[in-house]
Amino acid sequence: MTAPDDRREAEPQLDAFSVDVRDLLERSVANLYSHLVTRPTGRAVRLAIEAQLRELSPPALSLVDLSSVAILDYSCADEVVAKLLLSGIGAAGAAEAGSQVGVGRGSGGPVPGPGAVFFIFQGLRVHHREPILEVLNRHELAAVVRSAGAQEPFQLLGVRNSLEDEAWSLVESRGRIPGSQVSEIFSDRDQRNTVDGLVRRGLLFRHPVEGDLHALSNLARRFE
Amino acid sequence: MKVLEVPTTLDYRSLDRLLEVVTGAHDERVLLDARRLRWVDPVGMIGLLSAGRFLVGETGHIPVLRPPESPEVSGYLSRMGFFDRAKDGFELVSPPPRRSAGASDVLLELSTISENHDVHDVVERVQERAGHILSRTLRYPPSAVVQFSVILSEVCQNILEHAEAPGWVAAQSYNWTKRLGRHVLILAVGDTGRGFRSSLGGEHSGRFGGRWSDSTALEAAFLHGLTRFPDQGRGQGIQQMRRQVRRWNGVISVRSGTARIADVPDWEDLPPLEEDLPAFPGAQITILLPERSQESE
Repeated sequence: MTAPDDRREAEPQLDAFSVDVRDLLERSVANLYSHLVTRPTGRAVRLAIEAQLRELSPPALSLVDLSSVAILDYSCADEVVAKLLLSGIGAAGAAEAGSQVGVGRGSGGPVPGPGAVFFIFQGLRVHHREPILEVLNRHELAAVVRSAGAQEPFQLLGVRNSLEDEAWSLVESRGRIPGSQVSEIFSDRDQRNTVDGLVRRGLLFRHPVEGDLHALSNLARRFE
Repeated sequence: MKVLEVPTTLDYRSLDRLLEVVTGAHDERVLLDARRLRWVDPVGMIGLLSAGRFLVGETGHIPVLRPPESPEVSGYLSRMGFFDRAKDGFELVSPPPRRSAGASDVLLELSTISENHDVHDVVERVQERAGHILSRTLRYPPSAVVQFSVILSEVCQNILEHAEAPGWVAAQSYNWTKRLGRHVLILAVGDTGRGFRSSLGGEHSGRFGGRWSDSTALEAAFLHGLTRFPDQGRGQGIQQMRRQVRRWNGVISVRSGTARIADVPDWEDLPPLEEDLPAFPGAQITILLPERSQESE
């Protein structure tokens, strides 16, 4: 699909990278394993995701799908969620330095360094939430998540304050806020600092040229 | 050959009696006489296997095991896979009873944990039977099988990450009609590795100075989530197990070296911390999960 000419600059050029963790688990660890348990297993899956991300042009968006994972223990959650997020912390700097966001699809491009990747963890089941929340809290992280089910909303999970919650929810509800409206909508300094923080934490994407704010869900929806 | 008598009861409450018996052995080859054993649970079975490994190290000889005379006890040990594991650490006086080929009521047979894939294997294996026992026997919600599997995974990983030696895991449910009037699931894990004091010592003993001991090491890991790894994401396993076991009103205890620490609900009278126990290598983790009472449903 091609964007109209006048919007082309405002639309980050994305390349989607959707990871089915169960599939990766079977291919990269052992095809006999169906559960995401033990730290070495989590580490192997994380390294496999990172290897795929290395093939992308940064910045990138990775959609990590947990829907087919039955059991997720804390050690794996630490590796596959927390450590993966830590590898993408500071996403704003890298994203704003480049002109495109590559949403990982697993092919082409240089190695994205730390701070170059945004993550959405989707397909969460009820029993995934506790280990994920626990590791997020432990590392003082937050993540954009979506429960299993087509109609489930995107949510912010983990450590954040009420201002961050409000700002993130506002951008999430709109999908995209044009750069020209950002200072009007987030009129006071605290709000703008909050938005900057969310961008730095990789929870929102700011277009490096236009300054548009994008919810990660808005970026991800293009590839559904 | 020195003959050491195995206590008649070998369970989570009487494990220390066995350990006290075996820690007295030194150079001479030992015969562990279990003829009068009348009751054994997963904690006792793993205790016996650990005792065998300990005796090899202490005496330099493979100990001899005389199996229980009671056909019920021997048969139960056989169904739990005890003799399959014991072959590696003991010389058996008489051939063990054969395992029946029929369906087993065992939740999780004694399994060796020495590598990552062993943890995967027990988690895979336990799914169907754990689901049945947790939901029908203990009357836990259907989601409990996932939480139990996570506990199982974390408790087994404790061996891999801290013991630096192989260990064992086993689980079974019992009807504690007299003691509690309810069913109880017993999950036991044990190893004869480094133990908590040694595992955490390099990273944390300096801060404790002369107070560093088995009990302070257990408190550091059990109460405060400290681990030998500098990584902030480590040390969650025991904390999460404690939280889940507490939700199920269960017991979790960790014995290491000369100390034992435990979270104890009101239906159990174990002390929260014991010191000056017979010194024994490695760690022994016990989890008791009681059937849900009518009031809590």
